Amino acid sequence: MTTIYFDNNATTKIDPLVLKEMMPFLTDYYGNPSSMHKFGGQVSSHIARARHQLASLLNAQPDEIIFTAGGTESDNTAIYSALEAQPGKKHLITTRVEHPAILNVCRHLEQRGYDITYLGVDEKGLLDLEELRAALRPDTALVTIMYANSETGVIFPMHEIAKIVKERGVMLHTDAVQAVGKIPINLETLPVDYLSLSGHKIHGPKGIGALYVRKGATFRPHMRGGHQEHGRRAGTENTASIVGLGKAAELAQLSMEIENTGVKHMRDTLEKGLLKAIPESIINGDTESRLPNTTNISFKHVEGEAILLMMDGFEIAASSGSACTSGSLEPSHVLRAMGVPFTYAHGSIRFSLSRFNDDKEIKIVLKELPEIIKRLREISPYKDEEGAEAPKRPCTCS
Amino acid sequence: MWEYTDKVREHFLNPRNVGEIKNASAIGEVGSLACGDALKLFLDIDENDRIVDAKFQTFGCASAIASSSALTELLKGKTLEEAEKITNKEIADYLGGLPEEKMHCSVMGQEALEVAIKTYRGEPIELHDHEGTIICHCFGVTDEQILRAVEENGLTTVEEVTHYTKAGGGCGKCVDDIQRLIDEATGKVAACEVPEPAARPTLSNIERMQLVMKVLNEEVRPRLKQDGGDVELIDIEGHTVKVALRGMCTSCPSSQLTLKNVVEKALQEQVEPELTVVEVSQ
Repeated sequence: MTTIYFDNNATTKIDPLVLKEMMPFLTDYYGNPSSMHKFGGQVSSHIARARHQLASLLNAQPDEIIFTAGGTESDNTAIYSALEAQPGKKHLITTRVEHPAILNVCRHLEQRGYDITYLGVDEKGLLDLEELRAALRPDTALVTIMYANSETGVIFPMHEIAKIVKERGVMLHTDAVQAVGKIPINLETLPVDYLSLSGHKIHGPKGIGALYVRKGATFRPHMRGGHQEHGRRAGTENTASIVGLGKAAELAQLSMEIENTGVKHMRDTLEKGLLKAIPESIINGDTESRLPNTTNISFKHVEGEAILLMMDGFEIAASSGSACTSGSLEPSHVLRAMGVPFTYAHGSIRFSLSRFNDDKEIKIVLKELPEIIKRLREISPYKDEEGAEAPKRPCTCS
Repeated sequence: MWEYTDKVREHFLNPRNVGEIKNASAIGEVGSLACGDALKLFLDIDENDRIVDAKFQTFGCASAIASSSALTELLKGKTLEEAEKITNKEIADYLGGLPEEKMHCSVMGQEALEVAIKTYRGEPIELHDHEGTIICHCFGVTDEQILRAVEENGLTTVEEVTHYTKAGGGCGKCVDDIQRLIDEATGKVAACEVPEPAARPTLSNIERMQLVMKVLNEEVRPRLKQDGGDVELIDIEGHTVKVALRGMCTSCPSSQLTLKNVVEKALQEQVEPELTVVEVSQ
């Protein structure tokens, strides 16, 4: 039995065509593109091609692309670059629902004396753009706002955000790791300064990503060393993965329509079917402005990890915003920021699809999951409407 | 992915003794939806103080369900005196061990048992307020609970204490206090040298949430329901209680008055005078 993989916002399967493109660079073409011989030098043209492929997906210029080791490095580079370039400015604006690659950098900066504004979201996971406008200050060095949320798939209105931020002359970064390849992005019309993306979210390899830096935008390298990437990111090129990312970008561009029709249709079928079959289930996040592949559904009075483990028994892989570990009372910082009631927040499951899924897999989930929820609800002490009552004893949270 | 033993998986997928016991001799409830796990333990005890049946209902992760199942298996046939001696470690051992980060699930089982036995004997249940001082205000964990976990499981680091009791896993302000308790328990410092934790006059978040839920469920909601209305607690942020009005309340022109005069008044009088109640649309 093969795995039914609905966890594509976590990572994706490498497209076989991507792997095929990469293989020669893991075997025969191992030369260093910086070397002064043909054997190494011939690799350079393949890196250049990958840069073109990626730039084409984003409608950017090839020399605006810097290859990095992934989304996290791109995010770190963008933030530290903006701060280093504007040493007098000590204020950043971000949101409460960013990826840890942004939030934990911001917390670290707070300890170093920076002032961070965390914008909240409403119950649909959407921003209040007036709040953003009001938060901008003369000493704001950077606004960093994700393009689309990994947990709920909610897409932020990046064009409107860019308009507000650029009107005030403030630098803007967007973590577009979840958006790239799933929805069209046109950097010719979208005036962000920096944009982060990752290879393994678009059926490319892990350990490779890129940072888009708008031509003319100020930039300070994060990794110093050799002259690679025109001195903007030192370190011998990860040739095979760069070639793989290029191919993945090309395929993503070709699949964009499938993503927004076929994949979206499967997601909608799954979502509607689950909501219909399972009482007291809700969708988390706005359903209008949302990635076509993602749905985040909460089931009242059951716990996410238990659902995942039961689904695992049917070889169904998804993920949960629930973190039942010691020390995390908060089920998910995204759902908490949205104010999802805790009766629902602990029981959230994210299904993230890809072009490699099919209708048969949707049918299996629609068959098995209602039974799983029913079983767990039978075990749960909270069953009926009155079940939400607190136990009579004080909470020990043990 | 957690590395669960086969026994944990087996007890999770096929939990023993799920359900209620009608007219149970004793019931022990711990945890809450807010905490992410909760256990309701039912015991049927005969005239010789022997547990003839044990059942449970659990909301929580796989290891919480497996721990509850293990606990009921361990309890059946034991006298209360024997049952009392069951430690969280025995529950974990029965399952072939639990991941460190999940040990708190076995502690939940042991505490539910403690509550059930005390209820049966008519002893007061004082898990928090009187049995020691609260050290971790995020999760409402007392020094007694921490010391017990340290002693029964031979814990030596703050991280381990967090895995077993959740204490210190929230804001982290109590980490130094936990370290002092560990030092005390392991004999590094004499007990008398341990400074009292700073007095904290206000309720912890968990305590506030529990009290608000209690007042809402026991007093406010029954009152509103008489008029066909209802109210649901959505969240608590600081001293702001967010609620959603339900039923007839949603179409009632005087619902805002109800919100202030009934809901807020009750909470201010019985929980904290600083509380304000706001309506949110959910």
